[in-house]
Amino acid sequence: MEMVKLTIDGKMVEVEKDTTILKAAKTIGIDIPTLCYFQLKDMNIENRPGGCRICVVEVVGRRNLAPACSTNVSKDMVVNTHSIRVLNARRTVLELILSDHPAECLTCAKSGYCELQTMAQQLGVRELPFQGEQSTYRKDTSPAIIRDVDKCIMCRRCEMMCNDVQTVGALSAVNRGFMAVVAPAFEMNLEKSPCTYCGQCVSVCPTGALTEVDHSRNVINALADPAKTVVVQTAPAVRAALGEEFGLAPGTLVTGKMVAALRRLGFNYVFDTDFAADLTIMEEGSELLDRLTRYLKGDKTVKLPILTSCCPGWVNFFEHNFPDLMDVPSTAKSPQQMFGPIAKEYFGKKLGIDRKNMIVVSIMPCLAKKYECQRDEFKVDGDPDVNYSLSTRELAHLIKFANIDFNSLPDEDFDNPLGESTGAGVIFANTGGVIEAACRTAYELYTGKKLEKVEFNELRGLENIRHATLDFNGLPINIGIAHGLGNARKLLEDVQAGKSLFHAIEIMACPGGCIGGGGQPFHHGDSEIIKQRAAAIYREDVGKPIRKSHENPFIIELYKEFLGKPLGEKSHQLLHTHYFDKSAGTFVDE
Amino acid sequence: MAKIKYHILVCGGTSCHTSKSEDILKNFQDLIKAKGLDAEVQVIRTGCFGFCEKGPIIKMMPDNTFYTQVKPEDCAEILEEHIIKGKKVDRLLYKKPDAAEFKSDSKQMGLRRKQIRIALRNCGFINPENIDEYIARDGYQALGKVLTELTPEATIEILKKSGLRGRGGGGFPTGLKWEITRAVKADQKYVVCNADEGDPGAFMDRSVLEGDPHTVLEAMAINGYCTGADKGVIYIRAEYPLAVERLKIAMKQAREYGLLGTDILGTGFSFDIEIRYGAGAFVCGEETALIHSMEGLRGEPTVKPPFPSESGFLGKPTNVNNVETYANIPAIILKGSDWYASIGTEKSKGTKVFALAGKINNVGLIEVPMGITLREIIFEIGGGIKNDRKFKAVQTGGPSGGMLTEKDLDTPIDYDNLIAAGSMMGSGGMIVMDEDDCMVAMAKFYLEFTVEESCGKCSPCRIGNKRLFEMLEKVTQGQAVMDDLDKLRNLSHVIKDTSLCGLGQTSPNPVLSSMDNFYHEYLEHVGDKKCRAGSCKSLMQYIINAENCIGCTLCARNCPVDAIAGERKQAHVIDQDKCIKCGACMEKCKFNAIFIK
Amino acid sequence: MAKIKLSEKKIEELKVVCKSFNNDKGELINVLHSAQSIFGYLPAELQEVIAKELNVSVAHVYGVVTFYSFFTMIPKGEHPISICLGTACYVRGAEKVLEEFKRVLKIQVGETTADGKFSLSCLRCVGACGLAPVVLVGEKVYGRVSPDGVKDIVAEYNN
Repeated sequence: MEMVKLTIDGKMVEVEKDTTILKAAKTIGIDIPTLCYFQLKDMNIENRPGGCRICVVEVVGRRNLAPACSTNVSKDMVVNTHSIRVLNARRTVLELILSDHPAECLTCAKSGYCELQTMAQQLGVRELPFQGEQSTYRKDTSPAIIRDVDKCIMCRRCEMMCNDVQTVGALSAVNRGFMAVVAPAFEMNLEKSPCTYCGQCVSVCPTGALTEVDHSRNVINALADPAKTVVVQTAPAVRAALGEEFGLAPGTLVTGKMVAALRRLGFNYVFDTDFAADLTIMEEGSELLDRLTRYLKGDKTVKLPILTSCCPGWVNFFEHNFPDLMDVPSTAKSPQQMFGPIAKEYFGKKLGIDRKNMIVVSIMPCLAKKYECQRDEFKVDGDPDVNYSLSTRELAHLIKFANIDFNSLPDEDFDNPLGESTGAGVIFANTGGVIEAACRTAYELYTGKKLEKVEFNELRGLENIRHATLDFNGLPINIGIAHGLGNARKLLEDVQAGKSLFHAIEIMACPGGCIGGGGQPFHHGDSEIIKQRAAAIYREDVGKPIRKSHENPFIIELYKEFLGKPLGEKSHQLLHTHYFDKSAGTFVDE
Repeated sequence: MAKIKYHILVCGGTSCHTSKSEDILKNFQDLIKAKGLDAEVQVIRTGCFGFCEKGPIIKMMPDNTFYTQVKPEDCAEILEEHIIKGKKVDRLLYKKPDAAEFKSDSKQMGLRRKQIRIALRNCGFINPENIDEYIARDGYQALGKVLTELTPEATIEILKKSGLRGRGGGGFPTGLKWEITRAVKADQKYVVCNADEGDPGAFMDRSVLEGDPHTVLEAMAINGYCTGADKGVIYIRAEYPLAVERLKIAMKQAREYGLLGTDILGTGFSFDIEIRYGAGAFVCGEETALIHSMEGLRGEPTVKPPFPSESGFLGKPTNVNNVETYANIPAIILKGSDWYASIGTEKSKGTKVFALAGKINNVGLIEVPMGITLREIIFEIGGGIKNDRKFKAVQTGGPSGGMLTEKDLDTPIDYDNLIAAGSMMGSGGMIVMDEDDCMVAMAKFYLEFTVEESCGKCSPCRIGNKRLFEMLEKVTQGQAVMDDLDKLRNLSHVIKDTSLCGLGQTSPNPVLSSMDNFYHEYLEHVGDKKCRAGSCKSLMQYIINAENCIGCTLCARNCPVDAIAGERKQAHVIDQDKCIKCGACMEKCKFNAIFIK
Repeated sequence: MAKIKLSEKKIEELKVVCKSFNNDKGELINVLHSAQSIFGYLPAELQEVIAKELNVSVAHVYGVVTFYSFFTMIPKGEHPISICLGTACYVRGAEKVLEEFKRVLKIQVGETTADGKFSLSCLRCVGACGLAPVVLVGEKVYGRVSPDGVKDIVAEYNN
């Protein structure tokens, strides 16, 4: 690799050719501030429109200032990152951005996490010298995401996520000049767009322009209502990230503290979505085996590959984009939605609690889950199986709100029976985890042999699209994995064209899987955080005494006592679903 | 077959076109037929003559007689008197405002003196819809010469030596640009003609395309040969239907003649051109924005490098030049680099086309050698200031440029001198202003344009220009304080220093240049709440002079907001708080009792 | 936004246009030009059709439509009036002419009169600076327009 020598702030530095000034500076401890720039290293995600102009630096010999994020170094370049000219320009640009931004920091949902706020602090802005018209737009509340684009600073990160990474195409820059903003077509509500509620736009938005719909008030009210039994389930990815909200290092597992906190918040039963994940494996794994066996017997009507269906963002995606493939994904509900009816129809009935008096709350790394639990097919007489879905971030707020000193909490265990889970349920949080969990069970059920090594390392990792062939006692099983909807689209197009060679495909809407979900603590573009969370999840798996879903004793009991058998009638009724064609243009009211 | 003795050239430029030049053309054709003169007299629709002020224009050849403001009903007389009787129609001859005599020979007119027509060499001389007329004036000879006698390197060398610089505004050396694109290795390259002329008050490119479309096609083919591209794209404003029409005709003819398409002139070189339309976005004049627009995207610029010469249209190396640059090239190839370099100044060679407009007698399109002074342009070619008002400033470079004043009148015009004087060459708009034009209001006018045309991608341009505009508005409304003037200046510098593309990097120029040259006007607006040009409404006051007012009540009765009070036969008074400054009172007053302060 | 019904025949015409551009999304702007000339404007429903034909998101189409001033989502009046606000026209009083049109027609720039007869827009330099200030009504050009002349121009079309 060709190397280039240059000087930044008086220091010599040698970096590879085609390195940006921003990255070159970082290697010698110079942290040039950025705002629109965003990168998830090793995940092929980068946003550098060069639009905010906060990162401008002085390059000697150049007429105007250069954006460090998108200017490559060159030989003998001399760069000043904090000359008076730079500091004045940088601050003036920030003051301009602030002059078109509502000064609502005190009440803004993003306060404390806002990159614009941090930047104003960092650059020492103490007054707003520019006043004038502010661009204003309609506020838009969807089932999962709130758009308050008065706060949009046109960093274009959401647009990049929605289009380049997720290929959802719900958002685009619209209008031009002062009125330019990122919005759905015709500036209509997100609800009418092809939005999947994956929440990746929210997770990268530097300001409060995109935030989640906050349901914590509803939960607080339910907890305060003595007539209600309030049950909580926590998704696997939450325990690997919640600690970040309390200053713990990324990748710190806080399962026990999280349970303790939930108990102190007043939940009557603290259960685990991991239990429902094990249940999902029983149903989805059986479906895979069923389709596979029929296929091997020569049944031409069998749809292969089977696609996982536990990710609600992904379900929305294929309902919008691939309605012709609606019979391909598994019909198994997601763990969240399996948990709901089991809690209300099995656990609740056992205790003699009417479902109307039971409130099921889920803690999810996800925003699409908010939408999922509101879907009509997941309601009985208008009563949702899962009443409220809170994001990891909302749970953290709730804990702080209730004066709980999280870090000093003791470790506590989940309640039984819906709190017992296996390592297979835990790894649902990572990309590749669902299919790995399914294979642990499917292998044993199909071959009748014991799986000696439960880790399928070939299914792990962060490459966008992965594939592996597993040996089921001589039968090669081709597995495909995609995380991020853009990658999913590629696999789907192959399926559509009849070119797919896979027997089973796992798809997660969010880059990294649920650990990188739209409801997780903000990672601000640090992919190390996502990697640490993934590692924590695998550690949790290793620490579990049981690591295969079908060995979960409470799952076995559940089938014995209530469900009968996987894919049986009761399962069909409570644990499986169907999909809807949402491809028609829905922007315009009838 | 009898030889054609007379040519009647009818201007088909937009200005004349809109004032019925088509009817004139048709009338002539009908009359000639009726009188059986087809064999001797030919009528030709040409491109812009450059004298739009007095359009429609027709020109009689071979004697160069120039008739102005011709009406369709004048055709019979012209044919009868001029062609048949050999007598000029005096009443239609151009009359210089300050001279009693009529000028009949166009070469004698001040307008035409001092002009050298290279880019416009064929405009007004040939029928742009007929390739044979272009060929008759050495058209496509340059392409032939290049393809058969010259290597791409040698051709580029000629351009480099000629000193030709990009006429779109930036002034980048054209030969060098071609050389860079040529050096990039790629399986596909493109050449692009930027015809998205968007400066308010500029119509140079339009005139070339309407008057001489083939020269652009020829030059693009030469560009393709030199850079290694076999595809050309003309990106043109959709608002230029006549130019589009003529380009399409020209392309069709060129293909029929084997001058576009595969194996041109049997040399094995293939090149063809397609048209893409702009859709009304000034920022698309910036080449990266233009390329995105050609790709069907929002016309937002991107950070350079990479330059289009490395990664442009569809990610391929792309050479973008503007219309006027292209129009110079065939002439340079044929006449040589020394000839071209002999015209102009040390660092700016050749000529420049300007659209001369505003408060000037001869509005029109002119082509002048680099190094000519503003004084020559305005007072000789332009015929001086309209209505004998006093010259105040001339604005060049459109929204990216600045104001030049009295002190710059004798500065030779070239790229570098204009920048030194706080303006820039730009694409060639040249707007003359007189003492009735307020310089703060002019700066505000340009900023309003920029605010409307900013793409919104980068924050300094998106928000900064809006704030500049608002501050200027405060100044023109008399609501600004001294501190605002400092803010105005600092913000202008930051916007220039930090904006992503040329639009934002130059948009504060009208502010800075007007502040540099007319700071006293700013001070008057802020300190004295006064606009000396009387154009800032908020700072005007209609006052009744009690000595002249006889109390006729006419003004009070006509005031739409009842701002005027007074008893009959008593002097009236205007309530300044109520007055909306519509001027109705002053218009109605028969006693000169109302004046503006 | 109420749903409007687009003419089937015109939709077919548009689909043929898309096809002639190979349904290439890079030709979006050319397709929009054609669509606007077929329908007179670009209503939301039409943009949905175009998005489908070119296989791009509707948001993308809308993003492009709203970027370029030539494209409009409001049907133009029977007689669209455009006032040139190029610099040459500006210094010769185009702004006053515009104000007068607004006053006479009682609409703002970008709007259409209630009876659908007139719409008002601005444009930048039609290249007829010699006739400044210039007003276009449909294809017809009026040169050297003064505020006093506005009423007469409107009257020409008002019966």
